[in-house]
Amino acid sequence: MNAALPLAAAGYVDAQGRLLPARVRADFPILGREVHGRPLAYLDSAASAQQPRAVLDAVTRYGELHHANVHRGVHTLSQEATAAFEGARETVRRFINARSTREIVFTRGTTEAINLVAQAWGGTQLRAGDEVLVTQLEHHANIVPWQMACERAGARLVAVPLNAAGEVELDAFAACLGPRTRLVALAHVSNALGTVLPVKAMIGLARARGLPVLVDGAQAIAHQRVDVQALDCDFYAFSGHKVYGPTGIGVLYGREQQLAALPPWQGGGDMILTVAIERSTYNELPWKFEAGTPNISGAVGLAAALDYVEMLGRERIAAHEQHLLHTATAQLREVAGLTLVGTAADKAGVISFTLKGIHPHDIGTILDREGVAIRTGHHCAMPVMTWYGLSATARASFGCYNTEADIERLLVALDRVREVFA
Amino acid sequence: MEIRDLYRDVILDHNRSPRNFGRLEPADAEALGHNPLCGDSLDITLRLKDGKLEDLRFNGQGCAISVASASLMSEAVKGLAVPDVDALYHEVHALLTEPAHVPARPLGKLMALAGVHEFPARVKCASLCWHTLHAALAKPAGGAAMPTVSTE
Repeated sequence: MNAALPLAAAGYVDAQGRLLPARVRADFPILGREVHGRPLAYLDSAASAQQPRAVLDAVTRYGELHHANVHRGVHTLSQEATAAFEGARETVRRFINARSTREIVFTRGTTEAINLVAQAWGGTQLRAGDEVLVTQLEHHANIVPWQMACERAGARLVAVPLNAAGEVELDAFAACLGPRTRLVALAHVSNALGTVLPVKAMIGLARARGLPVLVDGAQAIAHQRVDVQALDCDFYAFSGHKVYGPTGIGVLYGREQQLAALPPWQGGGDMILTVAIERSTYNELPWKFEAGTPNISGAVGLAAALDYVEMLGRERIAAHEQHLLHTATAQLREVAGLTLVGTAADKAGVISFTLKGIHPHDIGTILDREGVAIRTGHHCAMPVMTWYGLSATARASFGCYNTEADIERLLVALDRVREVFA
Repeated sequence: MEIRDLYRDVILDHNRSPRNFGRLEPADAEALGHNPLCGDSLDITLRLKDGKLEDLRFNGQGCAISVASASLMSEAVKGLAVPDVDALYHEVHALLTEPAHVPARPLGKLMALAGVHEFPARVKCASLCWHTLHAALAKPAGGAAMPTVSTE
């Protein structure tokens, strides 16, 4: 069946199969609101993407009709809740092309997923003198858990340097892979710069040395097709709220042999088979890593979000966002005193910038009064700010619902900033 | 509330040309203030004489609100007795956080900060210098580690 036909009929794509953002926007109720008396121009999807009606409705429907605890009851609601929760796991598996649902662990988000690996793997595999390799552009969530694991083991955290464009060059990466490297943890896409890392080649280099690789996919999952088998990574972490789903739910993909070899992380209900005071036996994958009642409605919402993204088509979303990125980049280059921070050849829909003589925090406040929502600050990536000799940048980021009109609103609002500070 | 209620001319002027900017060497007390939200930091050095804040300087980088607030503060507190600095600190805190606060004493140019309370995300920018000064006065130099305050 040609998937483009129903989409076209519903008005989501034009005759060339391109995404029509006006139709997409109609699915996102929040985009209809005003901020300070002006229509919202939401350019902060890299911090958190908005949720379509399909996600909001799925969560409500679950609460109204199916909620009970999972994996426990014999009653109908518990069976329905379990089916919804485990069905969501299968949706995630399909979305990232994992081999089996045993490889899909639900977490609170990317941060918890990385902490799980850093503690369970780091606690058993890291020794004094070992090295964990990250890059200079990581989010704090892919630095601090490894720092903590290294501290406990007496190991060392090493960061691959960037080039002036904010790219990680393969040669620089290879030069950092040493005899003491034990694990590599990489961002797929930089949240602060938008740089897309050559993760497939990097994973190839690391795997050739027998090293496990974790990929922080928080910024990639909503913006390109992610296939964990094609990447051949050992772990892949992402958050629901970056991919149009709810907050408080995320995913750790782990290659089955890797997950099976790890000890449990947190103890409690659901992660056990039997418990006696003397000792307990642990559940199978993936439940071994899911102690306590999980975020069931969050998983249901995440599955609805992934279905929505699949419906629009990841390639279509990527093409749309690349169009916005190139349009906005060309126009921002014309703004006097504006410097782009992060000019990688391969970028996702993230634009970090500074304005001469005006602090990003002031830019953010004035833009907000114009109804334009952007992020300002260090973007939880202080080492990359330090790399550029900055304390902060302003950052606009795009999602499937953004339009050229949003870019125009940004440019007009930036004029207002320069007017106030003239 | 218009944006110029926050960015008043006095604020923009003090941001462009901050008063008492730099460091006092030697100083009787010093403190470092940090705003983890934006990564900005501010250093205050001061000299005391006969129970009065004889001189002070601030150093660091920050947004227009934090730089202007520190500059305005440095002018307002110079020459005050230490208890009067504390009283002013409480007045300014109320001005920044309470709607329509009526100061118990004339605040002069500090009233330029009256618009900040309408912008809750910016209260910490304006109050960082005051917290830092408070910390410097609470623990004069020569003691243990330099006091560090955070807005979080």
